[in-house]
Amino acid sequence: MAQTYRSMLVDPMVDNNPITLQVLGICSALAVTSSLQVALVMTIAVTMVTAFSSMFISVLRSQIPSSIRIIVQMIVIASLVIVVDQILKAYAYEISKTLSVFVGLIITNCIVMGRAEAFAMKNPPFASFVDGIGNGLGYGLILMLVGTIRELFGSGSLFGITIFETVNNGGWYVPNGLLLLPPSAFFVIGLLIWAFRTWKPEQVEEREYRIQTVEAH
Amino acid sequence: MGLRSFFDRIEPSFEKGGKYERYFPLYEMVESFLFTPKTVTTAAPHARSYIDMKRIMTYVVIATIPCILFGMYNTGLQTNLAIAEHGASGWRASIIEALGIGFDAANPLANILHGLLYFLPIYVVTLVAGGLWEVLFATIRRHEVNEGFLVTSMLYTLILPASTPLWQVALGISFGVVIGKEVFGGTGKNFLNPALVGRAFLYFAYPAYMSGDTIWTPVDGFSGATALAVTASEGLAALPAHGITWMDAFVGTIQGSFGETSTIACLLGLGFLLLTRIANYRMVLGCLLGMIAFSSLLNLIGSDSNPAFAMPWYWHLVVGGYAFGLVFMVTEPVSGSHTNLGRYIYGALIGFMVVMIRVVNPAFPEGMMLAILFGNVFAPLIDYFVVQANIRRRARRHV
Repeated sequence: MAQTYRSMLVDPMVDNNPITLQVLGICSALAVTSSLQVALVMTIAVTMVTAFSSMFISVLRSQIPSSIRIIVQMIVIASLVIVVDQILKAYAYEISKTLSVFVGLIITNCIVMGRAEAFAMKNPPFASFVDGIGNGLGYGLILMLVGTIRELFGSGSLFGITIFETVNNGGWYVPNGLLLLPPSAFFVIGLLIWAFRTWKPEQVEEREYRIQTVEAH
Repeated sequence: MGLRSFFDRIEPSFEKGGKYERYFPLYEMVESFLFTPKTVTTAAPHARSYIDMKRIMTYVVIATIPCILFGMYNTGLQTNLAIAEHGASGWRASIIEALGIGFDAANPLANILHGLLYFLPIYVVTLVAGGLWEVLFATIRRHEVNEGFLVTSMLYTLILPASTPLWQVALGISFGVVIGKEVFGGTGKNFLNPALVGRAFLYFAYPAYMSGDTIWTPVDGFSGATALAVTASEGLAALPAHGITWMDAFVGTIQGSFGETSTIACLLGLGFLLLTRIANYRMVLGCLLGMIAFSSLLNLIGSDSNPAFAMPWYWHLVVGGYAFGLVFMVTEPVSGSHTNLGRYIYGALIGFMVVMIRVVNPAFPEGMMLAILFGNVFAPLIDYFVVQANIRRRARRHV
């Protein structure tokens, strides 16, 4: 086996992070990171769906005809998403309402499809399962980082517990309304990618163009 | 030539291998601000011009002087008028009392001094906070510190309300300089106007401090809507009841951000910029025509429920940030279109969008900031289509 289980779990954290390196799953990262609690639930949901869908697709991988493999993968993923959605509705109704359509949209999350197509179709079930967990956690790491920044500076709290007392409640902190709007996650994720690539320069992509410089002759 | 020989003496220690090599950008900044840069091109083509980027930027700053002066006067005037009603408080009032100038709104000098006490802290904070980022990036990336920031800081100060808390000023300019400019590679590579990016950041982050009735005049208890807010809610006919005539709006003695209230001061700046050919007349013309055409169209259509439909173009011109944006933001050469036809389209798009946002969108009474940012985003696309059309036209000629 080319990869150890350990590297399957650890690589997607920084070295091959689905959000900051592959830039996948951005839509939900923008939408659900305004509070940490929601981001955490989303992380768990995506991790579970990625892990189990990878495992089941890996089990079926030699039976799936190549020409309709995407459809089969979608069916597996969609069934799992429905299960997750039902569990959330049963046991965490409030959060399920905040997440609203984004639970259903896990189906279209590129990370889930990407792992099924790139890893689970070529690897045994348990390895696919671990890979799914690893990628889900890599996704979750960024979600939690963005969520921490957005909730702390956007509403002065973490997990709903007040850290900075806001002006409206008689405190000193003026909440930054921009961070509660989804576009702010673009800035935060962009800055995170910048930080990651400064830390690990090998992640910087090759330029698509060269700026010409005039040379003396 | 004492100064020149001083620079010549200290220059070696800033050059490669010198003691202060790291701080060369700082040295270069001061030197080329005072003298023409002595760098010459080493390869053809050799184009000669006395106008380099530093002169362009300096000219823009000069063009803002009428706006600065009138902005200070108007801020002082509005504040003094409000103080007559609500009473004075704060450190600025103590300074003015200590100097024995008083709060007489009829005394222009007292107004300008009071305005200066609001203008100066904001401007100094902008220069320090934004300048820190500029120098930091220049030192790390080893490029020059540009006078571009002088313009950015001045424009940014002029589009803020006088009551903006200073920490917000610092935060906004930091965002504008870093996200609006430096992440894309610094001056000349920014596709958005950094001053507007900073302003937009504050607008969305702290809406309570950036819009509404209570922020334009920094006196406790004062409440006064801008001309645009009045028009949006009650219609143009209600303006005289709020004491605003067209002449007031044209001269600029109305509520608003520092430098944006006076159309005539902006037009003076425009005259200077057009005369020195810093501003491109095509953008200005496009923006005017777009605004006039679309607002006239809306006048014709009319609306029973939305009074702002009836606002004629000469009112659009004088209220809010339209004139200021037209003169100093639309004409910005870097973030605008670069082809001549594209400049007309770019200007017209902004003129159209500003009326669109002001009149049709109920969430924002003012639209100039967002319209210009929108235009900035589309400028490269406009250029692309203009260039493509030209290529096709020339290709057809040689069948």
